[in-house]
Order: sequence, then C-alpha cells, then structure tokens
Amino acid sequence: MKLITAIVKPFKVDDVKSALKEAGVVGLTVTEVKGVGRQGGHTETYRGTEYQVDLVPKVKLEVVVDDPVVDTAVDLIVAAAASGKIGDGKVWVTPVEAVVRIRTGEQGVDAI
Amino acid sequence: MRRRLITGAVVAGGLLLILGSPAGAQEYEPTTQDILDNLWVFIAGILVLFMQAGFALVEAGLTRGKNVANIMMKNLMDCMAGVLAFFLIGFTIAYGPDGNDIFGLGGWFLADQPYEGGLTLHTNFFFQVAFAATAATIVSGAMAERTKFKSYFLYSFVITALIYPMVVRWTWGGGWLGADEDGTGKVLSVPFSDFAGSTIVHSVGGWAALMGALILGPRLGKYTKDGKPRAILGHSIPLVLLGTLILFIGWFGFNPGSELAADLLVQDIAVVTLLSAAAGGLTGMATIWIRSGKPDVGMTCNGVLAGLVSITAGCGALYNWAGILVGAIGGVLVVFSVEFFEKVVKVDDPVGAISVHGVCGAWGTLAIGLFAAKDDAFLGREDAGLFYGGGFDQLVTQAVMVLAVFVFVTVTTGALFLAIKYTIGLRVTPEEELEGLDVLEHGSPGYAGDTLSGLGMDELTASMSTKELDRLVGEKAEA
Repeated sequence: MKLITAIVKPFKVDDVKSALKEAGVVGLTVTEVKGVGRQGGHTETYRGTEYQVDLVPKVKLEVVVDDPVVDTAVDLIVAAAASGKIGDGKVWVTPVEAVVRIRTGEQGVDAI
Repeated sequence: MRRRLITGAVVAGGLLLILGSPAGAQEYEPTTQDILDNLWVFIAGILVLFMQAGFALVEAGLTRGKNVANIMMKNLMDCMAGVLAFFLIGFTIAYGPDGNDIFGLGGWFLADQPYEGGLTLHTNFFFQVAFAATAATIVSGAMAERTKFKSYFLYSFVITALIYPMVVRWTWGGGWLGADEDGTGKVLSVPFSDFAGSTIVHSVGGWAALMGALILGPRLGKYTKDGKPRAILGHSIPLVLLGTLILFIGWFGFNPGSELAADLLVQDIAVVTLLSAAAGGLTGMATIWIRSGKPDVGMTCNGVLAGLVSITAGCGALYNWAGILVGAIGGVLVVFSVEFFEKVVKVDDPVGAISVHGVCGAWGTLAIGLFAAKDDAFLGREDAGLFYGGGFDQLVTQAVMVLAVFVFVTVTTGALFLAIKYTIGLRVTPEEELEGLDVLEHGSPGYAGDTLSGLGMDELTASMSTKELDRLVGEKAEA
C-alpha cells in the first residue's frame, strides 16, 4: 500500500478528483495549504507599498492505494493537474504500513 | 400636548431634571415650509448617522481580522460617547447663546428656547450631533490595531465635548472666523466659507488622527529595521467597498443637508457632490494604477472619499465643473499623501484617514478661495474665488482657517494623547498587539472559529462533542 500526496493548484482539484474517480480510486483527503517551491514567490503591491507573496495557496490531496494502482493514479493526477505553467505542484509516494477502517475493523488492502 | 424637558441647575454636583409643563400662550405657528425644512434636515441627519456604519466597515476591512471586533466597537462607542458629550457640553460650546467668539456658553442641555421658525432646537441638535460623531470617528482608523480601548473611549469624550465644538464656535457658531453685521469678516477681511465641514469636521478628525498615530507609533512590524514600510494587508476588501458606498450615500445627507432647509439648492449641492466623488474615485484609481501598476481597490475607495471630502466645503459655492476639478485633484492628492505619510513622515495610518480627511479637507477648504462662484450664504457675495476675479481675500481667509484649525487641533489633541499616554497608557502591550485586541480587550474574537483569532480547537468542538450530542438527542426523545 502506498500513500500518494499531491500538491496542486486550487482550481485543479476538481479535475484531479474526477480523474481519480474514473480510475476507480475512491476516498481521498483534501487540505487547503500554503507553500513555496522553486518558483520562490512574487511581489505584489498593497496601497502603493510592495510586499512579497512567499507562500502561495495550494491544495494538498492524500490518497491511499494498493500497490498495482499506484502508477496509474500518479499518472492521472499529473495529467489532470498540469497546466504547463510555473507552480503546478508536486506528487510524491510513500509506503504505508497499516490501514484500519474504523467502522468495521477491516485491515490492510480491504480497508482501502 | 407638547411636553418639554427643562434643564435644572447643577446642585452639589448633581443634575436636577424637572419635567416641565407646556409652553405659554403665544406660540409661533410653523408654516409648511418650516415643517419641510425640519423634515429634510432630520432625514439628512439620519443619513449622516448612517455614515458611522460606513466608517466602521472601511476601518474594519483595511485592518486585520484579529482586531475586527475592537475596531467595530471603537466605531460604535465613539458615536455613543460623542452623542452624550455633545449633548452635555459640546453643543453649548459650539452654539451657546452666551459666551464669546472663541467659546460658547449658556443654553445648557438643550435648554428650551422659544421657537421662531426655521429649524427647531432639536432638529438642529440632531443634525449637528451627527457631525460631531463624524469628526470623532475619523480617528479610530488611523490609530487602529494598537490603541487601548479605554484610552480611545476617553479621547472620544474630549474631542466631542471640547475640541470639535470650539472649532465649530469659531465658524458655524458665529465666532471669530465668521462675518460681522456688515458682511465683512470679524477679524479677517472676509468671512470664512466651509459649507458642510471640509475643515470643521474632516480636517479636525484628520489632524487628530495624525497626532494620535504619531504619538502611538507604528504597528509592530510596519517598518523594517532600516525604516522601510511593509504592507499589512487589510482582511476584507468587500467590507472596505461596502463601507465606502455607505459613506458615499451618507454624504448626500452631509452636504445637501447642510443647506439646513428644504429648498431648490439641495439638489444642486447633491449633484456637485456626486460629480466630485466620481472624479476623485477615477483620478485616485488612475494615480495608484500608474504608481504601482495595478488599480488598488482600497486606494480607489480612498479616492472616492477624497473627492467627497474635497467638495464638502465648496458644495454650495462651486459650479459643477469646478466640483469635478476639485474632486479630481483630491483623488490624486490622497494617493501621494498616503505615500508621503507612510514613506517620508513614517506615520502608520492603516486606513489613510490623515490623508483623506486632514489633507483633502484642507484642500477642499482652500479650493473655495480659488473656485468660489456662487454665494453659499457664508461668503456673502458671488465670484469670491481668485479664478472668478475675487482676488486673494477669500483665499487668505481660507488659508488662515486651515492653519488655525491645524495648529489648534494638533496642539490640543497632541496634549490630550500625551496626557493619556503618561497616565492610563495609550497603547496595548506588544503581546496583546501580536495576539490581537479582540479577545484581550473584549473577551471574544470578532470571527469565532478563525484559527487566527485565538480560539482553540477545544472550544470549537466542545459544543459538538458526542456527549453533548447524546444529551440533546436524549432530551428530544424524552419530549
């Protein structure tokens, strides 16, 4: 089992969500986050005074999937979240040791 | 049957109020025009009171969410304190029948006077007290996010009881800046003109704001170690814009109401006010667009208000074209003035009150000396402005007025804020400032549930815990 974490542009969330649904991936967690990457923020002005926008609003998606599905899911997320412009975000995969469904007590892949 | 409140004497520090009997036999019979005048000025007074909501929203929007309850509360309480202070002391100092050209006396607590037509005492008071509250409330924005609530409360009483009323005495109250019986100025060659209070109301508030912000010092983090200003973003632009539009509407009580009669000049005043506001908004937007590359919303709102403040003095004396020009200049002026105070003087004014009300108020007052064409009942003659062949007399009077009010207000409010600073303190602790004034000054956040407001997860979930839910469900089942 793997945990896929994706940081995407906020307006790409719906695209990613429906792409995953089509691939049969059900269940994901979404968090509004702020972050900075290689892009390094940019300058804006407020009432004539410049300020640095260091942390840009992003959305973090977390999905736990069974090993055979990982590559497909990552590809789908990348395809759906890409706009080709700077600040599209990142996707990374980490191993998951155990999963339990609280209601039934099911464990492992059954709990996904 | 009319019942009157007769004001009693002050006996051993106590006030004795006696409910009096109806007035004597020979009463003036009000004409239809009298009733219309009173009704219109009353409605205009309501519009001016509504401006309190506008000020509150503009100031709330341009400051941070952690201080939103505090700034709204200050706007509420300076109005409440202002109303009572003006009733108890201010109205007499401004318009008392006795006293002199500097300080009015007599007619305390709206002591009854025989009605002889025109506005009743209470219509007049209702309209004037709304103006006093406006002068007071301007200051809260410039001092936002760091002033102790009780200190601000104390200031509100003093400015509406003493400082603002004295300026009114000098001018609208028939004091030393006004006209003699022969129409010339009492002290100066010609009498002042300030139709609705560019200087009398707005500059008084603006200069008080300047002294308050100066003595307080900037908000923590406003300036870097090398003195560069940093942007501290306001938390709600929609509130700023809504507040601006409420002020915009309220101004049609402020200026046209200052005609103090329901006559056909009311709409002339309304139109020149409207044109000036539009011009100020457009030039304000254009100026900040050129200066910073984008049409900043808050600054554009400042531009609209700058146009309104600029035309407040001359709305009775200026032709429409002059009104557009005066408003347009006000809109440009406000942007450069905000920049000047922020970057050169280094006074932290989160909402631009010093520039909008102080600077544009002074500009609007001087503009009469340049553009006055119509007789607005203060001028006593037509074509008083320099550009209409009136010479420099009016401009000199206007300049003296601007200067006198600037010196008087900066000295008195400066002394007031310093006295507060060294007694009960003017500024909250740095810890409180960082955490936000809402919870520490008032006990609860303006936006409950906002993680920035200091409300913990425990409080948020406590009311929705399983036990609580069980209890509620149980109660329902029992019933």
